[in-house]
Amino acid sequence: MTVTDPPSTNLPAHPSPTTPGDEKVFAVLGEFDNVTDVLHATQAAHDAGYRQMDVHSPFPIHGIDDALGVKPTILPWLVLGMGLTGMTTGVLLTTFTMTDFMPQPDFVPANFHGYKFLISGKPFNSFAAYIPVIFELTIMFSAYTAVFAMFLLNKLPLLYHPFFKSHRFRRVTQDRFFLAIESRDGNFDANETPAFLTARGAISTELIHD
Amino acid sequence: MATITTQPHLSAPVDNTNDDPRQRAPLVLGGRDFMGVTDAITERTEARPHIAWWICFLTAVSFALMFFSLIGYLFATGVGVWGNNQPIAWGFPIINFVFWVGIGHAGTLISAVLFLFRQNWRCSINRFAEAMTIFAVICAGIFPGIHVGRPWLAYWLFPFPNQMAMWPQFRSPLLWDVFAVSTYASVSTLFWYTGMVPDLATLRDRCKNRVGQFLYGVFSLGWNGSSRHWHRFERAYILLAALCTPLVLSVHSVVSFDFAVAQLPGWHTTVFPPYFVAGAIYGGFAMVLTLAVPCRAMFGIKDIITDRHIDNCCKVMLGVGMICTYAYGLEFFTAWYSGHHFEQFTFLNRPFGSAWLSYGSLFFLNCIGPQILWFRWARRNVWTIMFAAMCVNAGMWFERYVIVVSSLSRDFLPSSWADFKPTWVDIWMFIGSFGLFFTNFLLFLKFLPIVAIAEVKTVMPEAHAHGHATPDDVPASGGH
Repeated sequence: MTVTDPPSTNLPAHPSPTTPGDEKVFAVLGEFDNVTDVLHATQAAHDAGYRQMDVHSPFPIHGIDDALGVKPTILPWLVLGMGLTGMTTGVLLTTFTMTDFMPQPDFVPANFHGYKFLISGKPFNSFAAYIPVIFELTIMFSAYTAVFAMFLLNKLPLLYHPFFKSHRFRRVTQDRFFLAIESRDGNFDANETPAFLTARGAISTELIHD
Repeated sequence: MATITTQPHLSAPVDNTNDDPRQRAPLVLGGRDFMGVTDAITERTEARPHIAWWICFLTAVSFALMFFSLIGYLFATGVGVWGNNQPIAWGFPIINFVFWVGIGHAGTLISAVLFLFRQNWRCSINRFAEAMTIFAVICAGIFPGIHVGRPWLAYWLFPFPNQMAMWPQFRSPLLWDVFAVSTYASVSTLFWYTGMVPDLATLRDRCKNRVGQFLYGVFSLGWNGSSRHWHRFERAYILLAALCTPLVLSVHSVVSFDFAVAQLPGWHTTVFPPYFVAGAIYGGFAMVLTLAVPCRAMFGIKDIITDRHIDNCCKVMLGVGMICTYAYGLEFFTAWYSGHHFEQFTFLNRPFGSAWLSYGSLFFLNCIGPQILWFRWARRNVWTIMFAAMCVNAGMWFERYVIVVSSLSRDFLPSSWADFKPTWVDIWMFIGSFGLFFTNFLLFLKFLPIVAIAEVKTVMPEAHAHGHATPDDVPASGGH
């Protein structure tokens, strides 16, 4: 694959690893142009003891979770919990409003109780007729949780990130793969770490300041 | 920022419609790499709209405005402007509702069910099939809303404690519909949007004007492609697919309960839920083909929505069409076998009664016309594909017309028999709803990623580590 720099940037391919005086280094970004290299570099970085790192890619890479040591997310349990909550909501809503055996406590205002419809001689306690509503509420609660909990666990929306200052990083949503090692990692060194990445196939490295 | 890193290096067209099991047919053609795929899909959002887009868009907007004007006329005058009568109180609004909500089903089938079955070819067409779902459900939702008679009280459909001490009737299939369709509409929208966030980030990173950067930036939520984000994203996506699969089956089942729970001959039958779901997917795939075949030609994305994708859609449509044909036959068998006088009369009345023209259209358009897709050459020719799709689009509308009108017009008592004649408002409202659908769809084509860019990249061979990677590097988990 031919390597070309984005035309709108005039940054050198390997910027000086020295940090300008007062600015704090946030992370080093190593740019890769294929999946194999970034996967191997990540594995190597993990083996070398780096932990505060992440891979940014245009699509999910198979095997990257193991290389980074990412633990499985708790999202499915949240979805299960909220699905059961939705089901309970559906059961309570239909039985409270439609059946004649539910207690109507005094603290519930009288106009919440509703009144019983007797339509076509259908029995009040016809549980089968409530299943569609209960089912739809279960799905609704679970699906909303799957989406919103996923974004919140990912700490999104996040409209600013230091990486967005990098022009190269714009290709992370297109065709480039970035291994980012953060400066708070104990093994981080503003000179050694970029060299480590370059030795493992990074086509460019860049220090990102906070 | 946009640079094509390599030129497409294959100039000879590749036929990827072979089914040789010894080699997997490629899903992306034209020798495109990751940037090539990104370019092909995003360049349309970056360029000024084509004159053809403006012509289509202005036409669609005019029809949508007509639709809303007619709704205004309806509200100001009353439901007497329609051809609805007693006993055919449902008329066009409910026919159109079932027609539109059915179209949506193919989108969810492609995005959720085919995802669970690991049908990788879906990723080229799922985005705009999902968009089709949402815009069809918007059209579908309007019709029962304006059919309730006093639409300013439509909020009574929702369960909320109120000073009237009234709750909705949870034993009514019409109320089940409220829950099913509102869940379906909102969950489909979330599914569509969630899948689109990484692609909106792609548009954000490529956009050159400030307004676009701002809007794509806000709606992409600051997505930065982090692997930890992708990990949860993929979990959420598979959970949504697993939740949408029973949901989509439940929605048209519930729609069919509107009919099946009634005691009317021709409606009161247990085959209705699977029969309606099959019909919905049939009509939906016809609409997918109606939209996909022109789009791939107009936007130059034939390398991404390839002949194989169209071929597969044709096969699914043909297969589901056979299920529908079987269900039509089964209805007649059941009517005969039931020994029920009224049931038998109703089914004889369909082909030979006053609605015979609609029944004949249904039969020829749904059961005979699309059979041309059995031939390989017909699945390769845009005109035969469009012919079959148009047959099904029209045929499925007639199917709903036959179900609603023929049963209601001839019930138990001859004294309550009546025929149905639509008014000009009925007809132009139906046409106007297409205007609304295409307005939304054309805006989507212009401003949003019409193909799931990130997902297409995952099915390219370059997306997998190769060379000296050990098998441990590529576990089977968490992907698609």
